[in-house]
Amino acid sequence: MEEVITLDYGSGGEKTSELIHSILLPLFDNPALAPLGDGAILSGQEQLAFSTDSFVVTPWRFPGGDIGKLAVCGTVNDLCMTGAVPRYLSFSLILEEGFPVNALREIAASAAAQARQDGVRIVTGDTKVVERGKGDGIYINTAGIGFLRASGLGQDAIKKGDAILLSGCAGCHGAAVLMARAGLADAGGPVSDCGSLLEVSQAALSAGAIRIMRDPTRGGVATVLAEFAEGTPLTMELWEAAVPVDPAVAASCGLLGLDPLYSACEGRMVAIAAPEDAEAVLAAMRQAPGGEQAAIVGEVTDRYPGSAVLNTALGGRRLLPRLTGAQLPRIC
Amino acid sequence: MLCESDFQNPAGTRQALDRIRDLAAGTGPIRIMEVCGTHTMAIARCGLKSLLPPEVRLISGPGCPVCVTPAGVIDGILRLTEDPSVTIASYGDLLRVPGSRRGDCLLRRKAAGASVESVYSAMDALALAQQRPDRQVVFLGVGFETTAPGTAACIQEACSRRVSNFSVLSLLKQTEPALRALIAAPDFGVDAFLCPGHVAAITGSQAFRFLPDAFGLPAVVSGFEAGDLVFSILELMRMLAYKKPDLVNEYRRLVKPEGNPAARQMIRQVFAPCASQWRGLGEIPEGGLAIRGEYAHLDAALRFDFQPEDAGEIPGCRCSDVIRGVLDPQDCPLFQTVCTPADPVGPCMVSGEGSCAAASRFRQLS
Repeated sequence: MEEVITLDYGSGGEKTSELIHSILLPLFDNPALAPLGDGAILSGQEQLAFSTDSFVVTPWRFPGGDIGKLAVCGTVNDLCMTGAVPRYLSFSLILEEGFPVNALREIAASAAAQARQDGVRIVTGDTKVVERGKGDGIYINTAGIGFLRASGLGQDAIKKGDAILLSGCAGCHGAAVLMARAGLADAGGPVSDCGSLLEVSQAALSAGAIRIMRDPTRGGVATVLAEFAEGTPLTMELWEAAVPVDPAVAASCGLLGLDPLYSACEGRMVAIAAPEDAEAVLAAMRQAPGGEQAAIVGEVTDRYPGSAVLNTALGGRRLLPRLTGAQLPRIC
Repeated sequence: MLCESDFQNPAGTRQALDRIRDLAAGTGPIRIMEVCGTHTMAIARCGLKSLLPPEVRLISGPGCPVCVTPAGVIDGILRLTEDPSVTIASYGDLLRVPGSRRGDCLLRRKAAGASVESVYSAMDALALAQQRPDRQVVFLGVGFETTAPGTAACIQEACSRRVSNFSVLSLLKQTEPALRALIAAPDFGVDAFLCPGHVAAITGSQAFRFLPDAFGLPAVVSGFEAGDLVFSILELMRMLAYKKPDLVNEYRRLVKPEGNPAARQMIRQVFAPCASQWRGLGEIPEGGLAIRGEYAHLDAALRFDFQPEDAGEIPGCRCSDVIRGVLDPQDCPLFQTVCTPADPVGPCMVSGEGSCAAASRFRQLS
């Protein structure tokens, strides 16, 4: 019979310990975690970045990744966007009674592999089990600490004339997950961009003057640009024809009635760079893993203060507001 | 997968736009109505209005299936969610559409504990019923001729599988009777029609022949990419300029003159035309499709004694004028003041295909 999570695994007793020792510890093994204290003792006295994120994606495995990889990348990427190099992560599980133990093993292994690749240590964590019907299989929360390597990043640093860069195709993760959810995932379909931004963000920072970086997760590229413009006298102008969109993502979005510009990414970043450094930053991003398809996709002007604007492939121009509500599947 | 990118910005689009400008100088003000929500969104998304000359105005007609569903019907559906045995399965569009009380919608009811599921097709709803034999799954069959064949196929499938906990509430509408009602209205003021490509794939382009023949109105069946729209509008402008109204099928890669006879036969087997209430247009003879007697056991209207409530519109909401194309979204007193995509009042702002949502989400810039 398939081994599944039971309420005992969340008891705090023997089964909890078994879960930690047989599955999690061997995968996340490192000296800060090993004592299994109430918290990890860490060294470091630099300026720190601190971030947290929770992951509830269904299905937990999707083309291009799974919730374990996503949980590490999500917080790693948030830290990277502040200009930090991520160092330590917490990893907390909320499991639903009946969740297969083998699935948990796969998810933890995937998280561990991603953490190793990014040089981050999972140093603390927690496990809770909720009754069947009270959760959706598995939820993960991660929090992370990074050491700040760049300073002065932020909305205030954006200037008229700056270049807007996107590190790869827009909207892959949202399209891949929604297709998987609709039971339409197959070979040739959209693949999530779920991945780390560590290398591509560090490459950008070392190549020129970066004003701000953000990973366009929920709400997509459009929402990030609308947020950059909000409350400023500036305009984020996006050139539709310059935005890389994977053909499978474009086709899936057409099918599902979604817009790739509003569809979530989980391994892309929008960066705003000084105009004189834009080409160098672009070249550096393209050299980094995950940044091969980076492109300059727009520029900062002051034509429509406080707004993001799309210059369409047809030559039209319209407002690019932030996403309101969830993107829901539509009829025709 | 089939990509439509070739039609997004084909060669000659710019020249076509120039030609539209030249023709418009001769015709004077022209009002072209699209009657498909997907057209409304496609026009807004590609920024077409910012490229057309001021003489050419595109206005949205009753093309959003959830917008034309009357408030009282939505109220009836919301009441149905109060039946503890019922799970409502609906296309995502309908989840946010309010009835006669502001903010009360299926999504709100779901958050408050009602059993409401979003599905992509009628078949998904049938599968849900089979997975959940303890629930009465009611599929909200909303849409035009586009969704009717799939809904019909699903009803036939449910019948042959003898699924007893599944039923369909038919809110289906027919396009032609609505266009005739619109044209007959005293305040009708449209010069030409951009006809819905998806509907025509089923009905055939010939189904729109009555527009030029009976009413002298130029009509073009159009696809949904920017290039399709530009060339379709150019075709309409030519007919208007030379005063030769006709029917043209621009969407030939998908639409045949005779449409899809097999799909139409399936619709006829399961549904019969019936009088139907449309938001904005009132009762339209043959404006809807009702489930035929042989499938009565799968008709949610009978199973749950469904009665639309006798409800008026939300106070101040002028969606019914917007749906008829007599009021531009921007001219509604509530537009972007009280009624916004984040806090919508009426269905035209709520629906992903509503003209007010299109006008505010994709505000055209000069």
